[in-house]
Amino acid sequence: MSDSDIGVQLQEQVKAAAATATPLCIAAGDSKSFYGRTPVGERIDVSEHRGILSYEPTELVITARAGTPLPDIEQTLADNNQMLAFEPPHFGATATLGGTIACNLSGPRRPYTGAARDFVLGTRIINGRGEILRFGGEVMKNVAGYDVSRLMTGALGTLGVLLDISLKVLPRPETELTLAQQTSAQQALDRMHALGRLPLPVSASLYDGTTLFVRLSGTARGVDAARDRVGGDEVAQSSELWSRVKEQGHDFFAAQQPLWRLSLASTAAPLGIEGEWLYEWGGAQRWLRGDTDARAVRSLAQAHGGHATLYRGDPRREQVFHPLPAVLMNLHRRLKQAFDPHGILNPGRMYQEL
Amino acid sequence: MNQALEQREFPPVDRERLIERLGTIIPAASLLHTAEDLRPYECDGLSAYRKLPLVVALPNSVEQVQAILRLCHELEVPVVARGAGTGLSGGALPHGSGVLLSLARFNNILEIDAQRRIARVQPGVRNLAISEAVAQHGLYYAPDPSSQIACSIGGNVAENSGGVHCLKYGLTVHNIQQLRMVGIDGELLTLGGSGLDAPGYDLLALMTGSEGMLGVIVEVTVKLLPQPQRAQVVLAAFDDVVKAGGAVGRIIAAGIIPAGLEMMDRLAIRAAEDFVHAGYPVDAEAILLCELDGTNEEVSEQIYKVREILTASNATEVRTAKDDAERAIFWKGRKAAFPAVGRISPDYYCMDGTIPRKRLPEVLKAIADLSAHYDLAVANVFHAGDGNLHPLILYDANKPGELERTEEFGARILELCVEAGGTITGEHGVGMEKINQMCVQFDSAELTQFHAVKAAFDPAGLLNPGKAVPTLHRCAELGAMHVHHGELPFPELERF
Repeated sequence: MSDSDIGVQLQEQVKAAAATATPLCIAAGDSKSFYGRTPVGERIDVSEHRGILSYEPTELVITARAGTPLPDIEQTLADNNQMLAFEPPHFGATATLGGTIACNLSGPRRPYTGAARDFVLGTRIINGRGEILRFGGEVMKNVAGYDVSRLMTGALGTLGVLLDISLKVLPRPETELTLAQQTSAQQALDRMHALGRLPLPVSASLYDGTTLFVRLSGTARGVDAARDRVGGDEVAQSSELWSRVKEQGHDFFAAQQPLWRLSLASTAAPLGIEGEWLYEWGGAQRWLRGDTDARAVRSLAQAHGGHATLYRGDPRREQVFHPLPAVLMNLHRRLKQAFDPHGILNPGRMYQEL
Repeated sequence: MNQALEQREFPPVDRERLIERLGTIIPAASLLHTAEDLRPYECDGLSAYRKLPLVVALPNSVEQVQAILRLCHELEVPVVARGAGTGLSGGALPHGSGVLLSLARFNNILEIDAQRRIARVQPGVRNLAISEAVAQHGLYYAPDPSSQIACSIGGNVAENSGGVHCLKYGLTVHNIQQLRMVGIDGELLTLGGSGLDAPGYDLLALMTGSEGMLGVIVEVTVKLLPQPQRAQVVLAAFDDVVKAGGAVGRIIAAGIIPAGLEMMDRLAIRAAEDFVHAGYPVDAEAILLCELDGTNEEVSEQIYKVREILTASNATEVRTAKDDAERAIFWKGRKAAFPAVGRISPDYYCMDGTIPRKRLPEVLKAIADLSAHYDLAVANVFHAGDGNLHPLILYDANKPGELERTEEFGARILELCVEAGGTITGEHGVGMEKINQMCVQFDSAELTQFHAVKAAFDPAGLLNPGKAVPTLHRCAELGAMHVHHGELPFPELERF
């Protein structure tokens, strides 16, 4: 499909919806339609708003329309030996840049190089009044005005329809190598923390219940020298392993039970909840498969300074994301009001109140 | 600058009554109100703007901050928060009928967790003090604004401060994990958390760089990094700034992200050399300082590549610091560039625009033309890796009209940055200083959206009033030429 700019058309649709207070459901490839609370409202399809608008490899910046397929962006970057360093999951062949940014989804490299939000430099959006607004820009350092672009990242479309997004990109590492060693859960956590304190080119970590996997990325000599300090056996075809984990194609994710994502203090000891566990991000992201009481999961995550998301599973009509304290929810409501006074943009997708 | 000092008026407040009420919250010794005591607070690092506040409050507990804000909310008294006062855009300039809330007494490091690589600190803790405190664990805090000896972490968050290592290690927003802030209604909020993300909107990012407009930061949890095994710096000289700019692009195209990548032009080189004797080649038109860090092996490999690239880019000289002492000397010149320029000119005015790096030659050319037009010399210091330009305009405030010419020149430079697809401020913030240029960078719908964000936090507009985001009225009065999305009205016209 060819590049096209349907910004004005999308703007008209938002304006019309604002006039009649019609809820809109922002969508493109539907690869993330499973995520968050149940989508409602009239579909506003961003998928035809596509195309890379500018890409300067020497500036480390790419700007693309929100409907641009994620594989197109990744391929263009790969052709220039660069990458999206937050290693976003696609969750399907139809993933777009807009959905990725709206959900702030990041992969295995996240704790070592940053999340999607860390790489967002600028956005052009349509707010709930149907105004096209531009924030941030195409430069690395920019502190003019509030950081609305990062606020949009992970807002699940509840504050604005993303039109164009500028991202910082990074060079692809020359070499990657994954090392595996069998260990207990607590030892795996300890090991991940010990490695985190050393100046080593670690770019991913995973514990699957029996084995700790550590990925090294960097120059050939740098990776080779770090290999001995990390220890373990080299894993053949390791890029498939990381891809399966990132895309949730790993066996761990195959079961039909609810899937919880816990984001918490990496140093939290293995939590005493029944179910299957998979650790990533040096222990800061933990996946739980099991028919567990939501309150128990949430209170444990919270006790460790974190939060729990019902990533896949029902009931999506209720709380999917971690409940916010009242004072924080009030602020969220006022911000929602500031961007979307008629409450038409993805209402209820994140929280019922927004 | 004086016209910028017209401040929004608030309902008259009985000063004595305010002092009395504040006195029930904090001890008399923490409350300053004589002209003599207020004087040190009349400006921040941008001393051209001065204003005495009604009163300075120096609380030392979160409860006191909450009570002070609740009181100001009740009495509709504006509040300006201040950290170390090193800001360069007048962000901590007091309001004439308000409270200046100093966070200086919040100077404790509350927790260091080497396993999690975090430090939880109070906002008045100095940037460098964090790295010093965690050095024993082999860790450091990456953002290093040049004022890091003095500037405090609360101010760093308010301004989203950068430094020379941003390209590789990011800005403040990339290096903090949790904030505690007090809203104007006195409510204490925790943003972020102990994990790498938090539920709901990314308010941590929204607060970072919000210039004290949305809340008062009372605690910051920063992320720490392991100290690199080795850091090495290469100095390259060029007979042309365009060649130096080209070399920067080639280094990055080769897949190398230097820890620091700095450029200085001839005037800046000479000033720095005269001041600190760093051994800079004073005949060069530009020098590049390229620092690489990582493991021993990585650095060895990359140093080799960088030297090759610099040579191929027609550097007239390429030097690698032979040891840590020489590396420190190479950097000393760069880090002393501002005071060095201060030695050769009675006054200087530091600008802070960012541009896409490829536009460097034309922007430097335009700055040189403006320099001739205004008859004011400029030294250029440039965070070349991330496009952040710091032209230093040399002037003499005692010469009639020279300050006004300098300001006009500075404003033109910022507009140039916007025209080039960049921004009016890379790391110093808008504050009071660049409030007019905001009208150039943003249109009225965008500014209105900013005001709506502000109102969501502070409906009465009591926090740092008049800073960071101009009123539409102000922009209309200025009749600012709106340069949006790099498109100029009448692009065929010269505007010098």
